[in-house]
Amino acid sequence: MIAGARLEPGRRYRGLAGVLVTGFCSALAAGLLIVLLGYVIAQGWTAINPSFLTQLPRPVGVTGGGVANGIVGSVIIVGIATLMAMPIGILTGLYLAVYGRGFAAEFIRFLAEVLSGLPSIAIGLFAYTLFVQPFGHFSGFSAAFAFTVLMLPLMVRTSEEAIRGVPIAVREGALALGLPDYGGVLHVVLPAARPLIVTGLLLAIARVTGETAPLLFTAFGSQFWEANPGAPMAELSLQIFTYAISPYDDWHRQAWGGALLLIAAVLVLNIGARLALSRGSKRR
Amino acid sequence: MQAAIPVKNAAPAGGEVVLSARSVSAWYGPKLAIRDVSMDFKRNSITALMGPSGCGKTTFLRCLNRIHESALGTRASGEVLLDGADIYSRGADPIVTRRRIGMVFQRPNPFPTMSIINNVVAGPRYTGITRDPLELSEIAEQALRRAALFDEVKDKLKAPAASLSGGQQQRLCIARALAVKPEVLLMDEPTSALDPLSTLKIEELMQDLAVDFTVVIVTHNLQQAARVSQFAAFMLGDEDRVGALVEFAPTERIFTHPQDPRTEDYITGRLG
Repeated sequence: MIAGARLEPGRRYRGLAGVLVTGFCSALAAGLLIVLLGYVIAQGWTAINPSFLTQLPRPVGVTGGGVANGIVGSVIIVGIATLMAMPIGILTGLYLAVYGRGFAAEFIRFLAEVLSGLPSIAIGLFAYTLFVQPFGHFSGFSAAFAFTVLMLPLMVRTSEEAIRGVPIAVREGALALGLPDYGGVLHVVLPAARPLIVTGLLLAIARVTGETAPLLFTAFGSQFWEANPGAPMAELSLQIFTYAISPYDDWHRQAWGGALLLIAAVLVLNIGARLALSRGSKRR
Repeated sequence: MQAAIPVKNAAPAGGEVVLSARSVSAWYGPKLAIRDVSMDFKRNSITALMGPSGCGKTTFLRCLNRIHESALGTRASGEVLLDGADIYSRGADPIVTRRRIGMVFQRPNPFPTMSIINNVVAGPRYTGITRDPLELSEIAEQALRRAALFDEVKDKLKAPAASLSGGQQQRLCIARALAVKPEVLLMDEPTSALDPLSTLKIEELMQDLAVDFTVVIVTHNLQQAARVSQFAAFMLGDEDRVGALVEFAPTERIFTHPQDPRTEDYITGRLG
């Protein structure tokens, strides 16, 4: 019965159908992404030139100009958010990985999960209430705060997993030498977890780089050079939003150019994350 | 009666006791793992802890340098006297204890991101013994020579530790333990993850180390215990898997004239 048994015909067709359906859906998903990327590149390509990258926006009706202030604003806002989210996120992940049992740890994990599921516009609203209303004006910092909140749960999760991935035996090796608990964590466990932590950090940065919703009522946008995070600030994705809903063809073109820049930035961050990962796995 | 396993080492005369466990019990959460284990370890001797899996020999070993308590929810009671002072007394610092009682683990556990030399000097460097590069490299060479690894790695001290073979990694871990100059060296089945040739090297090394150190080794390999140790302890878990000491004697006597029938059953292969 078993040896040389013939495949039941119905099962062969069902198997074939399964391969076809799943294959078709995969092709559809990949195809959509490729079409989207191709379209953005085709539309945005013509907008990108030196003045687009180095000049301020021009007033309505004047063609040309660029999004340089938006690029600078994006870098400053994401930079501040990274500086705030990185230490808090990594240290929380460390706590959860090393001491993470019991009610407090479970509660923190639950909070991080809830936080990662919150709509970004709600987080923007929160930042608005906390940092815009009391001061009476929009600011780059309030946007950075919103981004911090968006990055935190990602950082906590990836850091915890990275640190948990370091074998207990390695930590015990440090303890057995007479290193204090924190010494082992600092000199042995964290360096071993670093590639994965860096990967998580880059992915979290990529995640917020494309965010727009919380910026609408935090950074607000600006037509001018603004490097002071205490004031309203230009930001690339905000500029895309403003340009895209405007009635001017030149602005539409620039919106596509901005979108292309953002996608390129996210792509670079993702490639960086993969590199950090592969370098880390080689060393282990 | 005659034991099946030949014993190479004749039991030496009694020496000075370096480490003495008195009624050591240990728990994992609410679960008692070993009960009232008492044993004396003599200077420059090798003592083998034997017994079937789950008999608590590793747990007992881990109580001797207070690393048992580093896991969450674990606890130990009793006394462990190192040169007469209880390492479990109130105010005794486990970190100081661990510097005086080194440990080598079942699987080689070199620090993954560090080079060979940085692995060896991690102890002295991060416990505040010295940070002077010259001193550190002297310590490293000394420790690597002592662990019979120096000649194999002297040209690639900056290579990643992970590039070494399993046996070399284990000798690297021994060198790392020696670099903080302990008095006692605990070894938890140090060869169970190694091939026979690497095992032989580690066993030779152990004999050699006993000249300067006091060695306690956990092994479930009876031949190994017979080959390397002067004293041997046989531990066994009861029906609740609570481990206890059955018999502790010079290795030769354990293998030729076991006093307890359970020891005899174990060494003749009828148990475990």
